[in-house]
Amino acid sequence: VLSFRAVESQSEGQCAPVDSLWRRYSEFELLRNYLSVTYPHIVVPPLPEKRADFVWHKLSADNMDPDFVERRRIGLENFLLRVASHPVLCEDKIFYSFLMQEGGWKEMVNETGFQLKADSRLKALNATFRVKNPDKRFTELKHYSDELQSVISHLLRVRARVADRLYGVYKVHGNYGRVFSEWSAIEKEMGDGLQSAGHHMDVYAASIDDILEEEEHYADQLKEYLFYAEALRAVCRKHELMQYDLEMAAQDLTSKKQQCEELATGTVRTFSLKGMTSKLFGQETTEQREAKIKVLEEQIQEGEEQLKSKNLEGRDFVKSAWADIERFKEQKNHDLKEALISYAVMQISMCKKGIQVWTNAKECFSKM
Amino acid sequence: DTSLAEVNSFSPSMPISPSSMINQYKFEDEPELRDLFITVDDPESHITAIETFITYRVVTKTSRGEFDSSEYEVRRRYQDFLWLKSKLEEAHPTLIIPPLPEKFIMKGMVERFSDEFIETRRKALHKFLNRIADHPTLTFNEDFKIFLTAQAWELSSHKKQGPSLLSRMGQTVRAVASSVRGGVKNRPEMFTEMNDYMETFSQKISVLDKIAHRIYKEEREYLNEMKEYGPIYTLWSASEEDIADSLKGVASCIDKCCKATEKRMAGLSENLLPILHEYVLYSEILMGVLKRRDQIQGELDSKVDALANKKTEKDLFSEEIGKLEDKVECANNALKADWDRWKQNMQCDMRSAFTNVAENNLHYYEE
Repeated sequence: VLSFRAVESQSEGQCAPVDSLWRRYSEFELLRNYLSVTYPHIVVPPLPEKRADFVWHKLSADNMDPDFVERRRIGLENFLLRVASHPVLCEDKIFYSFLMQEGGWKEMVNETGFQLKADSRLKALNATFRVKNPDKRFTELKHYSDELQSVISHLLRVRARVADRLYGVYKVHGNYGRVFSEWSAIEKEMGDGLQSAGHHMDVYAASIDDILEEEEHYADQLKEYLFYAEALRAVCRKHELMQYDLEMAAQDLTSKKQQCEELATGTVRTFSLKGMTSKLFGQETTEQREAKIKVLEEQIQEGEEQLKSKNLEGRDFVKSAWADIERFKEQKNHDLKEALISYAVMQISMCKKGIQVWTNAKECFSKM
Repeated sequence: DTSLAEVNSFSPSMPISPSSMINQYKFEDEPELRDLFITVDDPESHITAIETFITYRVVTKTSRGEFDSSEYEVRRRYQDFLWLKSKLEEAHPTLIIPPLPEKFIMKGMVERFSDEFIETRRKALHKFLNRIADHPTLTFNEDFKIFLTAQAWELSSHKKQGPSLLSRMGQTVRAVASSVRGGVKNRPEMFTEMNDYMETFSQKISVLDKIAHRIYKEEREYLNEMKEYGPIYTLWSASEEDIADSLKGVASCIDKCCKATEKRMAGLSENLLPILHEYVLYSEILMGVLKRRDQIQGELDSKVDALANKKTEKDLFSEEIGKLEDKVECANNALKADWDRWKQNMQCDMRSAFTNVAENNLHYYEE
């Protein structure tokens, strides 16, 4: 896989014309949709954002901006890495041919007919399904994914504002440089000190650009988990739907069995329009009744088989989903810890730079 | 005759050698050599039927013989400071009288009696009196002494003495009329240099003042955002188990950054901002002093010109001209000496203010 990854990242890295970049991104989207539908119990790695979000003012919100394009390229590469290192997903043939096959890949994916499997109900993000016996673990997990989404997006928004303000503080110091230089022209004794201090102020003001660019990596790491939260939620939703379908099927089976019993024994335990009409307009013939019973019995048998397989499906889903969720949790904890550590390291380095500049400036000032 | 007093306490031929400049500098810095200590504090609000105003307590401690007591405590209001300043300007037209804080600050929309405004003003008034006390000539001014020592009723009765407003205005009008040309024609080169310097200096210092205020504002905005940023990590930690401690750690670090930023801001507002503002005001004052010198010169020049046309009354004129020539010479010397002194102070103030800023930034990054 490693060697193929290198080939792919090379072709990604090429300065492709605008059109082909967009096709590429849409192919990534297609791949991810395919994986989500084919492996509903897996927390599928997310794609990087489509549009630049959570930008602080200097950073361009333009999708064509070279910095954005570069960061997206890194994000896409990261996506592929994640899929490749997933114990289940890395075996997928479509994924394999995404990496290997230049032409005709799209057709191949569409031929799998995965779109038919996709449950359109999942698209209605906020629709609720009344599940009578929800799995507590999944409910908690869904709740967690909502919280994670909300807190990370809040964090990213405020971080962007903090970055904006920090940028302002640093850049205004650059004005000192210019004025000090002009002032030094009329001073005899203070001139040298002012001039060199001004130079350090310029260095200070310029340093913020690199500092904030590095911080974007941290923001990107958080963003990945913002989108991962969505993927997690999707798994919970799929389970919810499964459970709902199961309950509906069980309910349907029960009511059919009841109908059958009523027809067989002639007792009407529940009110039904049919019952009323038959009372009013006369009973059905025995043949009619027996035909009905036979149909129902067939349906009941079908239903019981379906229910059995649905139950099995459900249990398998829960088992494999939960295995992947545990894997995901560990990955998440590890990655986020690393991200926080590297963030702290960035801050320390920023402070070290600050100390250096202001030590130099102090020396110049004291010689004024 | 005030010009005589200037000649006595300030020799025009005093050499401006590096070592003597150092001595001057040290005199202001060495508290042991000082014999007059002044503090301005304890602002109090007074409400009368007509107005509301603030008085400040002025405490003076001195070992000087000409003071009857060694300690004085009086209360003064802003008007009294204005009076003192105008008396000093009158008595010493070509000396650099320190600036007073402004009456109102429009741009900040600070209320007249907000705590911040009162405190800023108090500090500036304290500075004002101490600068006068440190000045080799002004420190012995009689009105200054009265300001420091007189009780409220004594001061108001003293204020009423002296030339009436009308007669003072008359003097000013005559002085302006006789020097309409401003004395620029025969201005010694030295003062033209000073003028040029002051024009550039006042431009630069005003820009610096704006920059420093802008930095303060940006820091405050940064602080506000940071205050919102930290708690989000704490909130997040509530949903997590494994990484909860790391998240809480980040939150507490951000909190520390906030405190460090507050310190840095306090450093700016206590040190750099008041100094820059003071020198913005000083620029205006110095331009005024240079103008007054020009006016005095102008008086002389117009009399000399008049003499050129009236050869018969030479004797009468020559005495007057002699007096004016002395006046000009004294004014020039006083200004020259005070200018050198002011420049030294300015350099020292700027050096310490900016060094202080650098140190505050170092502390900030170290924390």
